[in-house]
Amino acid sequence: MIRLEQVSKSYPTSTRPALDGVDVDIEKGEFVFLVGSSGSGKSTFLRLLLKEEVPSAGRVHVAGKDLSKLSYWKVPALRRQIGCVFQDFRLLPNKTVHQNVAFALEVIGKSQSAIDRVVPEVLDLVGLAGKEKRMPDELSGGEQQRVAVARAFVNRPMILIADEPTGNLDPSTSVGIMKLLDRINRTGTTVVMATHDAAIVDSMRRRVVELAMGKVVRDQSRGVYGYGA
Amino acid sequence: MRAQFVFSEIGIGLKRNLTMTIALVIVMTISLVMVGAAWLVRAQVNEMKDYWYDKVEVTVFLCGGNSTSPNCGRKDVTQEQRNQIQTALQSTPQVKEVFYESKADAFQRFKEQFKDSPDLVNNVSDDALPESFRVKLKNPEQFAVVASAFQDQPGVDSVQDLKKLLKPFFDLLGLAQLASLIIAGIMLFAATLLISITIRVAAHSRRRETGIMRLVGASNLYIQLPFLLEGALAGVASAILASGVLAACKVGFDAVVAPKLKFTEIIDWGPVLGVTPLLLLIAVVLSSAASFFTLRRYLRV
Repeated sequence: MIRLEQVSKSYPTSTRPALDGVDVDIEKGEFVFLVGSSGSGKSTFLRLLLKEEVPSAGRVHVAGKDLSKLSYWKVPALRRQIGCVFQDFRLLPNKTVHQNVAFALEVIGKSQSAIDRVVPEVLDLVGLAGKEKRMPDELSGGEQQRVAVARAFVNRPMILIADEPTGNLDPSTSVGIMKLLDRINRTGTTVVMATHDAAIVDSMRRRVVELAMGKVVRDQSRGVYGYGA
Repeated sequence: MRAQFVFSEIGIGLKRNLTMTIALVIVMTISLVMVGAAWLVRAQVNEMKDYWYDKVEVTVFLCGGNSTSPNCGRKDVTQEQRNQIQTALQSTPQVKEVFYESKADAFQRFKEQFKDSPDLVNNVSDDALPESFRVKLKNPEQFAVVASAFQDQPGVDSVQDLKKLLKPFFDLLGLAQLASLIIAGIMLFAATLLISITIRVAAHSRRRETGIMRLVGASNLYIQLPFLLEGALAGVASAILASGVLAACKVGFDAVVAPKLKFTEIIDWGPVLGVTPLLLLIAVVLSSAASFFTLRRYLRV
């Protein structure tokens, strides 16, 4: 589903490459934690999958496509197969919960009838049934992140990318979000999650890829966060 | 493409940017009025040229009692001289037609032309105006040939080219046209910059939305179309306003200036209405192009 072959990425503003010869293969339906300290290359890794960045060297394959051969006008089609969740939720503050989720479908040209059918379904899935008309600032952080997950998942992407989705949440709320991501993973969606949260990684016992200074230093199935990393 | 969604986005954008949009529409309207004015002055010049060039081009004035030309020697033209001149004119290859205008004819025409100023007419005696041959040339540019041939003929007071007489006037109109074109150019340049800034501000104020649109895989067209249409809509509004201003000018001109201008015709509504599509085209192309290039810099995938 996702394959990085000898991928390096250097930014012109930095002498050290953000990623340095990274080889990672992620199968369909896997749940992968991407761990490492700040600046280890996690965000660059995720941005490469969306073709928000192009690698300086190596190849990135996502959903059966070689991204280096993907022309720019096909990038939107790629991104429709990838859902994204972020630490800061990124909801539109002037739209209701329902409108926020519907927006993701409206802007890719889905019909109103499809939107009316799918949005309540996904809001039900993330446990926000009955809160469709709330504004984001009337919701708790955990609920806002659920809206973000609903928006990422509403188009049923093959891959869900989560960049520190629990970074702004307290531990018990985080557990709720992780249960939700786990549930989405069980529908067959590949989940790649960058995180600093050792407790979550340790409790989930899923595959762990650790990055340090742009290199993969550990790749374990059913791993833990690490030794004081 | 969901039209309703695009239109609601445009509405939101225009509302959010209202002051900027108003400034843009005003600047654009003024520049388009300038473009339109240049266009209409040109139409007016053509109208006048048609009117005048269609009429007599060269006038060969004959000697009369008041003639000051040394050629005349203070004597009236004789019948013999008159006949000679007419025959010579008619046999000149450049000449197309020759009309004779007697003193009485000339006075008649004068009275007709200045019928609204009876004081002026009353002050001119009926034989004060010189008799003349009015000559139409095959090619209006060949005035010099005819002038030099007849200038010194006995009985000829002077040869006058109407075109030459009108030249300063046409030059003035040409200058006015050029000036309005230059001002229009500068204003349009300013308008283009304003569009670019407006779009940049709009893109900035909607960066959350566009960020999410990119993330969920909205196509470039979908992301950029509201901005493009916003610019185009401002352009269309400006073009319509500018056309309205020009039409108002035409009405005012007809009411106030035209009655005082006896010597020519004023353009009718044809060119005034014809200018609207031109202005629409300029406005839409310019604003779309400006938006497009701005968006390419600020809304990359």
